[in-house]
Amino acid sequence: MSIETTHVHQSGVSHEAHHEVHHGHHHETFLTKYVFSQDHKTIAKQFLITGMFWALVGGFFSVIFRLQLGFPDAKFPWLEDLLGEWARGGQLQAEAYYALVTMHGTVLVFFVLTAGLSGTFSNFLIPLQVGARDMASPFMNMLSYWFFFVASIVMLSSLFVQTGPFSGGWTAYPPLSALGQASPGSKVGMDLWLVSMALFVVSSLLGGLNYIATVLNLRTKGMSMTRLPLTIWAFFFTAVLGVLSFPVLFSGFILLIFDRHFGTSFYLSDIYINGQALPNEGGSAILYQHLFWFLGHPEVYIILLPAMGMVSEILSVNSRKPIFGYMAMVGSLFAIAILAFLVWAHHMFVTGLNPFLGAFFVLLTLLIAVPSAIKVFNWLTTIWKGNLRFTPAMLFALGFVSLFISGGLTGIFLGNSSLDIHLHDTYFVIAHFHIVMGVASMFGMFAGIYHWFPKMYGRYLNNTLGYIHFWATMIGAYLIFWPMHYEGLAGMPRRYYKYDIWESFKQFGTLNQFISVVAVIVFLVQILFLLNFFYSIWKGRKVTTLNPWSANTLEWTTPINPGHGNWEGEIPEVHRWAYDYGKDGKEFIPQTTPVSADESKH
Amino acid sequence: MAQVMSERNQKMHPHKFLLWVAIGSITMMFAGFTSAYIVKSNQAGWVPVQLPKIFYLSTVLILLSSGTIYLAQRMFKQREMAKYRLLITTTALIGIAFVVTQLLGFSELWAQNITFKESVAGSFFYVIAGVHGLHVAGGVVALFVMFFRAFSTSTRYYSSTPVDVVSIYWHFVDILWIYLFVFFLLVA
Repeated sequence: MSIETTHVHQSGVSHEAHHEVHHGHHHETFLTKYVFSQDHKTIAKQFLITGMFWALVGGFFSVIFRLQLGFPDAKFPWLEDLLGEWARGGQLQAEAYYALVTMHGTVLVFFVLTAGLSGTFSNFLIPLQVGARDMASPFMNMLSYWFFFVASIVMLSSLFVQTGPFSGGWTAYPPLSALGQASPGSKVGMDLWLVSMALFVVSSLLGGLNYIATVLNLRTKGMSMTRLPLTIWAFFFTAVLGVLSFPVLFSGFILLIFDRHFGTSFYLSDIYINGQALPNEGGSAILYQHLFWFLGHPEVYIILLPAMGMVSEILSVNSRKPIFGYMAMVGSLFAIAILAFLVWAHHMFVTGLNPFLGAFFVLLTLLIAVPSAIKVFNWLTTIWKGNLRFTPAMLFALGFVSLFISGGLTGIFLGNSSLDIHLHDTYFVIAHFHIVMGVASMFGMFAGIYHWFPKMYGRYLNNTLGYIHFWATMIGAYLIFWPMHYEGLAGMPRRYYKYDIWESFKQFGTLNQFISVVAVIVFLVQILFLLNFFYSIWKGRKVTTLNPWSANTLEWTTPINPGHGNWEGEIPEVHRWAYDYGKDGKEFIPQTTPVSADESKH
Repeated sequence: MAQVMSERNQKMHPHKFLLWVAIGSITMMFAGFTSAYIVKSNQAGWVPVQLPKIFYLSTVLILLSSGTIYLAQRMFKQREMAKYRLLITTTALIGIAFVVTQLLGFSELWAQNITFKESVAGSFFYVIAGVHGLHVAGGVVALFVMFFRAFSTSTRYYSSTPVDVVSIYWHFVDILWIYLFVFFLLVA
């Protein structure tokens, strides 16, 4: 009985798919194929290219404010041509500096490393690697991109309003963010920021819901959870984190909107501004910080986990060895996902938080070192005695591990509430989170792009340019952020416009110049990467084999340029995990190969 | 092989599953709101708000509507379409009545000088109950879609999944309101 009904079900599915493919050939127009596409692969590319646009914008902002930090007294007439009033007389104005710092943070954290990273690769890889024709709801998936697109337009438009974009830091703490009188950026710029972020939250939620439902519901026959590639596990936990934490941020934003426009006092109390007392009574600015960091900390892992997952996969494929400690990798991802929700107050040690409470957050924060160390250990043992193939993707994956170690170690310093009294809001923090979260995740993203570009576009990226890109970025990242540790230990505060009134920070003048020069060079190298990317889409070397990296996962069983629906016939069945490399004298055994009788156990 | 295939058959419909995850997400938003309320209520200068009696009425209304949508779902599965149409229409109307009752409650409270400017506890109540009301309104829109589908003469619908999805969501906003109502009564 059950066999009969399931047969009906199965053939129903394949009929539907055939129909879809057939349907596609006849009615796809430019609009439905490239613009309002419901194909997860196209949506992934839309996320990627929009993310690249934002990375260019956000990166360029950092170049401009680094010029100010490195050369506070120099005049750049071209800057006035570009920014007008913001750079009167060729010098960046203080207001513009704060606006650029704020936008750099917002854009890079949310638009590039959340939407650009998880939006791209969760979309692209989940259906391909679990063996599904598309997401659970392709329509919601399309909406997810278009919400992100509108959020982008709104954020972009805030750059062009007269009072400038929001300038109170990417965390948007009240009262600075709640009161229009507080600064020019807190006027209409902040409203646009809030609208854009609200749309962004909706986009993330729509995406996250889909990723979770697809991983749990649409796996192909034989693809049990423990046979999933680690990429999928990482995207899954990322989506869970997003779905549980973004709504809390949203509730915080709603209260902020009411404080700004409807006279409530959720976050405001006892405020004098320009010599005038405000009527607001009974609010608490710390409340916002709790709501913000309840998202803000999981957000760090929303950024990092996809990179971890892709690096695990790429390291294993290019070492021609199984991943070391698969279950430990899954377990540590799970542990990180749980702990992510229990450490938010370590961003708030100096807000007057009860020191007794602080002690628990210190303990929980330092506990994250355990799963992180497990992951590092397993990556290192995966490449240990492997047949390493140094493709650009592999180099970026190795770079990720290096950055994750060096950035992670400084996290142990910052997780201590007593050390934090000295280190908070200094360049030490900047160095820590840029290395461990920003640059490391960026490396994970580059690794993913180099590795899956052949699947995305059916062509290869140029390897030589890839190597130049890697080495310049790797060396540059350390040259930029390593010296910042020293500045931070010396107490140099972050976010300041100028440091010339402090005798003690004058010693860092040339160091700041050095950092700025390297930052400009690294930025230019990224443009080289973009040229490589767009040139290769049309003119790159063509992929001629189905499985160019000799990898085990399902995406390499699809046609070189898969259509909507991914597989032309039936979806293949899975018989083994994704990491049978170098087993029984075979270089690799794809997941679709049945287990033979004389095969050794793994 | 047969086992694997039948296992696949028993899996939840993706749309239903999507809804459950979304419910988890919405729950987190209200967890954020209510924990903010608890944190604030423990600080100095907190003046609690007495809820008007009309909110008991709205609570009864939404409980009632949960009952009618449950019956509607059963009637749909038994293909008793006349009863189903009646029940789905009733549910939508009670849903509207609930939103109206909430608004009446708000204005009664506002008339007692519990405004955004005067009362932090009141502001919290307006925002939290208001956001809940928006979720109910969203449910009413979904109910109207079901309503028009039920009365459509050109297409007949046989899959019970859309009815199930709307029904689960409706029970959820019901339970959410009960939680919020008890919460506001207790944490005062």
